[in-house]
Amino acid sequence: MQKPFIKGLSHGIPICLGYFSVSFGFGILAVKSGLQAIDAILISLTNLTSAGQAAGVGIIAAAGTLIEMAATQFVINLRYSLMGLTLSQKLSDKFTTIHRLIASFGITDEIFAVAVSQKEKLVPTYMYGLILISASGWVGGTAAGAIAGLALPASLTAAMGIMLYGMFIAIIIPAARSCKKDLIVICLAAAFSAVFKYLLPMVSFGFAIIISALLAAVIGAILFPINVAETEGEEE
Amino acid sequence: MSMFLYIAVMAGVTYLIRMIPFTLFRKKIKSRFIQSVLYYIPYAVLSAMTFPAIFYSTDNTVTAVVGTVIAIILAYFKLPLTVVAISACAAAFITGLII
Repeated sequence: MQKPFIKGLSHGIPICLGYFSVSFGFGILAVKSGLQAIDAILISLTNLTSAGQAAGVGIIAAAGTLIEMAATQFVINLRYSLMGLTLSQKLSDKFTTIHRLIASFGITDEIFAVAVSQKEKLVPTYMYGLILISASGWVGGTAAGAIAGLALPASLTAAMGIMLYGMFIAIIIPAARSCKKDLIVICLAAAFSAVFKYLLPMVSFGFAIIISALLAAVIGAILFPINVAETEGEEE
Repeated sequence: MSMFLYIAVMAGVTYLIRMIPFTLFRKKIKSRFIQSVLYYIPYAVLSAMTFPAIFYSTDNTVTAVVGTVIAIILAYFKLPLTVVAISACAAAFITGLII
């Protein structure tokens, strides 16, 4: 049996690599926007989120208000509330309040995706391993990008942009392959998301994701309610 | 406005959004409908985030589409996350060199 902490670390390796490449871009963006490298690193260390940080740097560069900053972060990151709620249903008894307070810092799209796809209940040490390696990739990439980013060939940094999405595909495609209901929900969510992108571009990225995902999941729940006894069996 | 205040507000709002539901919600959800929604949410969120954004992830739609197709094929055969992610990146990079 692998120790949960080690297991978390190893499950986080693709996230770490993907984060490094994405936050590398964030580091470059932050410095280009007039921030010091140390500010960019501090933002990555305390926020651990891609879209919210990019928007935040934009607000700082434009000398926006703190209210605007708070409202923007709220909308873009609101999806984490939904993820936190979903994860709260999968926690083992070892997850006491203090562990919840610490681990909630590390709820990101990718960490959520990996954690929620685990068959067994989540223990704190597993989450800490997963968060630690992912966050080090995120902060390390930011530092590298902010300090040395402009030196790499553009063709390489451009191609690195696809890595995180490749990871998402590695999670959803096997589910879609083995279960038609999952496939339909996945296709619905992608279709709604495309509608927002091409027909309703005034809706912000954060809201578009929340609305698309909720609509697809609610339609899935109405058309194909899951067998409750079945999922409880899976969790054991 | 001081940089420290900006970063504190960003970090504070982002943390509270994550912390409140994760820490305060203790009940086991009984409703079959809510359980079904929560079951579908992860796949729906990832799919909505990936499509169509993945096609714009590499600065060039052609390299992004090639990377996407490679990722879908490898994921269909259930290869590990890291392999799928790195192969998608390599496919996009190599395509960029050719075209």
